[in-house]
Amino acid sequence: MSVYVTGTDANFEAEVLNSDQPVLVDFWATWCGPCRTIAPTIEEIASEYDGKAKVVKLDVDNNPQTAMKYGIRSIPSLLFFKDGKPVDQMVGVVPKRVLAEKLDTLAGQAA
Amino acid sequence: MTDQPTPLPDGLDWDGAEHRAVVIVGTGPAGFTAALYAARASLDPLVVQGSAPGGQLTTTTDVENFPGYPDGVMGPDLMQDLEKQAVRFGAELRWGTVTHVDLSESPHKLVVDETTPLLADAVIGATGASAKYLGLENEKRLLGRGVSACATCDGAFFREEEIAIVGGGDTAMEEALFLTRFAKTVHVIHRRDAFRASQIMQDRVLSNGKVQVHWNTVVTDVLGEDAVTGLRLEDVETGETRELPVTGFFVAIGHKPNTEIFKGWLEMDDAGYVLTHPDSTHTNVEGVFVCGDAQDHVYRQAVTAAGTGCMAAIDAERWLAEQDVIDEPRTETEYHAAPAEDSETHRPVAESEA
Repeated sequence: MSVYVTGTDANFEAEVLNSDQPVLVDFWATWCGPCRTIAPTIEEIASEYDGKAKVVKLDVDNNPQTAMKYGIRSIPSLLFFKDGKPVDQMVGVVPKRVLAEKLDTLAGQAA
Repeated sequence: MTDQPTPLPDGLDWDGAEHRAVVIVGTGPAGFTAALYAARASLDPLVVQGSAPGGQLTTTTDVENFPGYPDGVMGPDLMQDLEKQAVRFGAELRWGTVTHVDLSESPHKLVVDETTPLLADAVIGATGASAKYLGLENEKRLLGRGVSACATCDGAFFREEEIAIVGGGDTAMEEALFLTRFAKTVHVIHRRDAFRASQIMQDRVLSNGKVQVHWNTVVTDVLGEDAVTGLRLEDVETGETRELPVTGFFVAIGHKPNTEIFKGWLEMDDAGYVLTHPDSTHTNVEGVFVCGDAQDHVYRQAVTAAGTGCMAAIDAERWLAEQDVIDEPRTETEYHAAPAEDSETHRPVAESEA
């Protein structure tokens, strides 16, 4: 059972921009090796932060508008959103601890 | 060895630290093969994944030269297969990156993610190599904003655009050709007047209508505020500078070994490759074995990395048996090669099969 949200061009505003929780968006594609490498980490983060932060996975092939809007040029790109705005961006396979610390900071600010 | 080792972080609980017979650092073909052999030898190896789990092959597409895959295999799939095979025999995989080591005494000390202490009788370093960057400030700032070291990952974002790649080896040629599938023009920038890549790869690149080569040219800056808009180039012969408008910049200038954590402990060459004893994976420190690209600047193939990973596991197993950490090595039955003792150096020497 997955706790992450599948992001699309259509639901991006509702799921990400209008979220009251901080959101981690994983821009990925099926053909990208490092994206597959980091996928289990993203899913673990989604479970562990359920209720505190939201995790969205967005396939850039099927949702080119959102990828273009945020200037995605490398995948995996991990964007952190808070109050509808991108506040940080990481590229490549990022250690889980780094993602967790960022979400802790963002979630802490919300409290 | 003029480098001083990085001191361990203070305040770690070494008395309560987990203690393993074998810790393998890194999860490319070398690390997973070492894990497979160590697990089959009942050494209960712990594998610390590192900052790029799966290693360099996860950033490739088709691997056509790994034996046993007649139709080729996708790099990420190959790495998942190697992982599954090691885990099947009991290798334990753990997230995290080894950030510090202290190899002054046995058991050796390792620190994961600066916070978790770990003790290991035998350490197998399989930390591999990473793509090199030019080292320009704006190159780093615009990483993921048009700067990339992974053409196969990011090429598709540059459809019908002007892009550039710097480098002159086989990797640069492969990536330049791959990028022609998407880009309008691929500018290949090379500091000399000839590529060092193999002739067949050069021919393919030079005959491709989408490729424009800039010989005797170096990149001195990457331009752009929020995204790459161009490069500043310098002609190395005339010193003239010019701007090249591109939206993508790919770096393919070779690799550097990921051996920073071992600096000051292990003997290395000037480029940072760990020196291993001839015909083995032994290093200058007892109980520390290094395999794969971290010690190989000559072959650097997935299959040679896997081969030296296997050697490291066997070397470690025999060394542990010598130290009485484990019982007799199972080498004779497991690998069909009899161990023999070299009394001078206390290093085992493999005998050829009778």
